[in-house]
Amino acid sequence: MFGLDKKDTSLLIVVALLTLLAPFILNPFPTDSGLAQFNAGYPDLMQRFIIFGIFAVGFNILFGLTGYLSFGHAAFLGVGSYSAVWMFKLLSYNILPAIALAVVVAGLFSLLIGYVSLRRSGIYFSILTLAFAQMSFALAYSVLSNPKFNLTNGETGLQVYNDDPQILQGANAPDLPHLFGLSMRSTYTMEVGPWAFDFNAGYYVCAVIMMIAFYLAIRIFRSPFGMMLRAVKSNQQRMNYTGLNTRPYTLAAFVISGMYAGLAGGLMAAMDPLAGAERMQWTASGEVVLMTILGGTGTLIGPVLGAGFIKYFENIFSKINDSVLHGWFAFLPDGLEDAVVTIIHPFVGKGWHLTLGILFMLVVIFLPGGLVEGGQRLAKWIRNRGKTEDKTSGKTEPAE
Amino acid sequence: MAILEVKNVAKRFGGLQALSDVNLSVKENSVHAIIGPNGAGKSTLLNCLVGKLIPDTGSVMFDGQSVLGRAPFEINQMGISRVFQTPEIFGELSVMENMMIPIFAKRDGAFRMHAYETVANEKSVVEAAENMLEEMNMADKRHMNAASMSRGDKRRLEIGMCLSQEPRLLLLDEPTAGMARADTNNTIDLLKQISDERDITIAIIEHDMHVVFSLANRITVLAQGTPLVEDDPQNIRGNPKVREAYLGESA
Ligand SMILES: Nc1ncnc2c1ncn2[C@@H]1O[C@H](COP(=O)(O)OP(=O)(O)O)[C@@H](O)[C@H]1O
Ligand SMILES: [Mg+2]
Repeated sequence: MFGLDKKDTSLLIVVALLTLLAPFILNPFPTDSGLAQFNAGYPDLMQRFIIFGIFAVGFNILFGLTGYLSFGHAAFLGVGSYSAVWMFKLLSYNILPAIALAVVVAGLFSLLIGYVSLRRSGIYFSILTLAFAQMSFALAYSVLSNPKFNLTNGETGLQVYNDDPQILQGANAPDLPHLFGLSMRSTYTMEVGPWAFDFNAGYYVCAVIMMIAFYLAIRIFRSPFGMMLRAVKSNQQRMNYTGLNTRPYTLAAFVISGMYAGLAGGLMAAMDPLAGAERMQWTASGEVVLMTILGGTGTLIGPVLGAGFIKYFENIFSKINDSVLHGWFAFLPDGLEDAVVTIIHPFVGKGWHLTLGILFMLVVIFLPGGLVEGGQRLAKWIRNRGKTEDKTSGKTEPAE
Repeated sequence: MAILEVKNVAKRFGGLQALSDVNLSVKENSVHAIIGPNGAGKSTLLNCLVGKLIPDTGSVMFDGQSVLGRAPFEINQMGISRVFQTPEIFGELSVMENMMIPIFAKRDGAFRMHAYETVANEKSVVEAAENMLEEMNMADKRHMNAASMSRGDKRRLEIGMCLSQEPRLLLLDEPTAGMARADTNNTIDLLKQISDERDITIAIIEHDMHVVFSLANRITVLAQGTPLVEDDPQNIRGNPKVREAYLGESA
């Protein structure tokens, strides 16, 4: 289907079902139960899952296929957000032109940075991209924000004000980002007994766009172009002596991944019409590296899983504070309860980075193929249970 | 007719004159061997032909066109393919993919943004790659990771990859170095078959005299960066200057 083989088609369908049904899947606990705080099915977080999934899928086209590790991709995300907010300020709150401009500007910006950075490879390439991203951050944070020429609105962040032109904003159009009148904030809550499920317009817009982005990524992975990118990672010497010019291949991969980042940035602004310089910080660039490696570098679904995993941690684990812990361990004798809470305390709430760091180390050491490899091992183990004599089923699956 | 013409080439590395006054002419459809003791400058000369090094002086003409100043990928597109001393293949890719890449490069040139097509649907390329794998006797290995093959198979694959581009000149740098006798003989047979069946010129750098005398119909002896003699194999065998250059090495 859609020009994909059977395996890729099923992958696409599974991803489509998971994203469409996410409001149910992510809200398994009744709203008034103690476990409700582990529910992740609220619009804000679901949108973030998708947006960072797009970001990581694009990043993986560069890093997973060519092996070029960029430490500056947040710059393209930030540029995308700024472009989108400018569209809101100048044209209207319709998200389509905003997202389109975000992708185009991020593409041009990555063409410039990629052209320079790709003159080097390995660690020098990574450092160059990092330097460019930090320069972009500095530009956005202060240089491009002065009374004479205010492109980014500095520390405050770029936002839409009442006296902005918005020349195409219709009289009845929502005063918030919308798609031809459908506000991104509009949410329908479906109550089933003690459960509540949120269906949010913004989330579904993001989901549809991610399905398109994911489909295009599959096409790239299976194309001659994608094969050339993997060849770049494998042996540049052989490529050169086979009559292939590696430079335009890596640059094209860089620009494509920059456009995915810009798309993610544009969507972020479309969900919440704000753009701040902190989006371009190096920590944000590092985060997408972690997502990709955690999920499975060079696999199709890995980056999406990695993005979901990290965003879940950031938003759910960080909300577990001491009073929540005391609630959980209230059944223990007082002294013991305090001791247990003290031990767990550093790993939750503000300490969620610590837990994530430990998990990341464990994955890198024991599952170099990331969560995808974990899933494959699990599937193999389940299939092999009870038929230990069957040697043929022991062969490893190619990473997807 | 000479397909490759090297004139007055010199190359210096710091204080070391690696090549000086190199004149060499390789006839079309011949198998031309370049031999010489270790450090004679054989690899340096080859690197000057493929764009890895630029000679300090002199000219290198391939089929009437200068190769100097061109990047390796451009020189390959002119019709020169190169086999390395240690096989250079795409280790992480499958054998089939290894074979398809040079065919794509031949068909589409140095770069093409074919990002929306599917490899499996490129019927002509798939077919050409399958035929070449068949010819190299490795059709059964098509799904294997190239890195997991034996040294001899990697060499075979690399030669097949070069041939699939139908080059006019095939350059080989010590293709049998470090190989077991059986693998060496297989490689000799393969190269013989290639030069017999195809419209191709082969220039081979070799240390192993057995290989050289089994294959070459023209030999240039390089010593200390300069050609000593160029002659037919039977005359090289008895040449005292050559014996001297090898100084007790198995000539
Ligand atoms: N890139 C280089 N830089 C400096 N010296 C080199 C370089 N490449 C080769 N040489 C030197 O040039 C001489 C010829 O080397 P080479 O062409 O590899 O010899 P051969 O292949 O005949 O054994 C050697 O002395 C070698 O050390
Ligand atoms: Mg050598």
